[in-house]
Amino acid sequence: MDIHEYQAKELLTKNNIKILRSTLCHSGDEAYNAAISLNTPVVVVKAQVHAGGRGKAGGVKIAKTPDEAKNITEQMLGMTLVTAQTGKDGKVVHKVLIEEGADIKKELYLSVTIDRRTSNIAFVVSAEGGMEIEEISKKSPEKILTVLINPSNGVKSYHVLKMFLFLGLDKAIYNEFTNFVTLLYNAFLAEDMSMLEINPLIITGGGNLIPLDAKIALDDNASFRHPYYNDFIDEDEEDPLETKAKSVGLNYIRLDGNVGCMVNGAGLAMATMDTIKEFGAAPANFLDVGGTADSKRVETAFNILLSDKNVKAIFINIFGGIVKCDMVADGVITAAKNIGLKLPVVIRLEGTNADKASELLETSGLNFIVGDSLADGARKVSKIVNG
Amino acid sequence: MSILINKETSVLVQGITGKEGSFHTLKCLEYGTKIAAGVTPFKGGSLFNDSIPVFNTVAEAKSNIKIDATVIFVPAIFASSSVIEAVESEIPLIVCITEGIPTIDMMNVKSALRGSSSVMIGPNCPGIITADECKIGIMPGFIHKKGKIAVLSRSGTLTYEAVNQLTEAGLGETTCIGIGGDPIIGSSFLTFLKMFENDPETEGVVLIGEIGGTQEEEASEYVKNYMKKPVVGFIAGKTAPEGKRMGHAGAIISGGKGTASEKLKIMKKNGIHIAENPSVIAETMLKALKKH
Repeated sequence: MDIHEYQAKELLTKNNIKILRSTLCHSGDEAYNAAISLNTPVVVVKAQVHAGGRGKAGGVKIAKTPDEAKNITEQMLGMTLVTAQTGKDGKVVHKVLIEEGADIKKELYLSVTIDRRTSNIAFVVSAEGGMEIEEISKKSPEKILTVLINPSNGVKSYHVLKMFLFLGLDKAIYNEFTNFVTLLYNAFLAEDMSMLEINPLIITGGGNLIPLDAKIALDDNASFRHPYYNDFIDEDEEDPLETKAKSVGLNYIRLDGNVGCMVNGAGLAMATMDTIKEFGAAPANFLDVGGTADSKRVETAFNILLSDKNVKAIFINIFGGIVKCDMVADGVITAAKNIGLKLPVVIRLEGTNADKASELLETSGLNFIVGDSLADGARKVSKIVNG
Repeated sequence: MSILINKETSVLVQGITGKEGSFHTLKCLEYGTKIAAGVTPFKGGSLFNDSIPVFNTVAEAKSNIKIDATVIFVPAIFASSSVIEAVESEIPLIVCITEGIPTIDMMNVKSALRGSSSVMIGPNCPGIITADECKIGIMPGFIHKKGKIAVLSRSGTLTYEAVNQLTEAGLGETTCIGIGGDPIIGSSFLTFLKMFENDPETEGVVLIGEIGGTQEEEASEYVKNYMKKPVVGFIAGKTAPEGKRMGHAGAIISGGKGTASEKLKIMKKNGIHIAENPSVIAETMLKALKKH
């Protein structure tokens, strides 16, 4: 899960990493008071949304007086921020962070991730701080250094030295840099992060290392040992349908098309979306109903699919392995009757008792269209929506 | 012949008395798998299904009974401990079905596996099956039929889709392995491709990948440089948006990396026969076998 900058900074503070003083604000007046109590020559107003690239999009602004901080905050709240990472719809700003200004001497890039190939922790650094890392890697990959750290050995001094020399930093801050890298590494493991990006990491005029921005993604699978993850969920940042689906244990992701998809298994669900696209239509969603596609679950899934007003037809693709197809068909029929389903539904059921299932669907009195294979079903549903 | 498991394989079930564990143990028994023992803490000394001895620990089971492979149905909170327990007990094959293990726990598991003699499959996977001989996992057994094609996949139901087609096309299967949908898994495609290349019964391999990571790219390098047998490939997730986890924790495009089109391009370049959609996997294999 992604979290806000202010939450990321809370986690850094919790792990003894020094950050700038800041206050989270929800109104112009709060921003005014925050600027007064920070009492620095300038403050920075930072929109809190789950996306990078805020600066370029007008989501980070400097205020020289508390009045200015108030004005900027009032302009920012409620505005839709479209950055390189939000997609074309952008994200509405609901809160801002008022942060003390900093004396920036140098800007660096540093991130910590998991290297899937080697199962190590990867530190990525560059002296080109403030730029998007994807941009640097395209233009000048030689300006990026990746250092892999085997978790069974931990951070060694030579790891730190490699990064330090590559960044070309002043020897006077070597100890501070070592300490900083170690604290970040420990925080990454302690909080079960999947990504920690500090861009920029600044060196101040006084020679201190400070994370100016912080972006963190947490590993959802580790939520059982971090109860605070739940408090970090911001419903304003989530698609309401995705939140609703999650609360009933369904894995749903909303997309732009008009064919609602209901599939068992994540891989098959993706493949179903792809096949719909191949036949000239576009999937409205990813939806994995999981192993137990009983009528209650199917009904919940129908309701979620139908809440998306773009949906013009539904494609159900179930491979019955342990779950029997006739049970699924029964569930689909019951659910469709219960909610008075009007949209055309193409169903493809394969596996255990598939024949029995087809018979049930055909004699149900409902207008189901049966697909003989994944491709056949996708072809039929695409034809329906494309007229 | 087949790889890793056959009708002689003696299997341990960790978490045998749990809901998932007990259900699937019975299904494996029905298929003909030799389930030799089970492990559930504090249930040692009892019998599962009136016949299978249950022990408190893996070490205890191993000192009493010959174990070739273990399958883990333990909840995510304890699963990494169960895997490491199996590694430290030197069980040759470890199959972990559990979904939802934290990535950092899996990093620790990988550390334990380095330098050990165990091969791990999973987690978050359907398991491994050698058609008509031995099933260690949760896949539906009846769709498999002894034949000549191996299947390797990051997915569950999409694998069944492929297997069903291979069976219906009369090709049949040797061994099918679901390697798991997580970012860090016990063994990648590469480990098993090497085994299949050396297995005399396997005449071709179906490789089902998905978005995220670089496993498919590494596998295709191996195919190009070392494999004589034809490989048919499919990648799920062409329509997946960037930055969203598509069900599997490992199925995510981040920073423009791990897209389906990038993977397909490299696979094609390295001589893998691409199935354009999942309905033509067996058809593509039939054509590939003729060409080879």
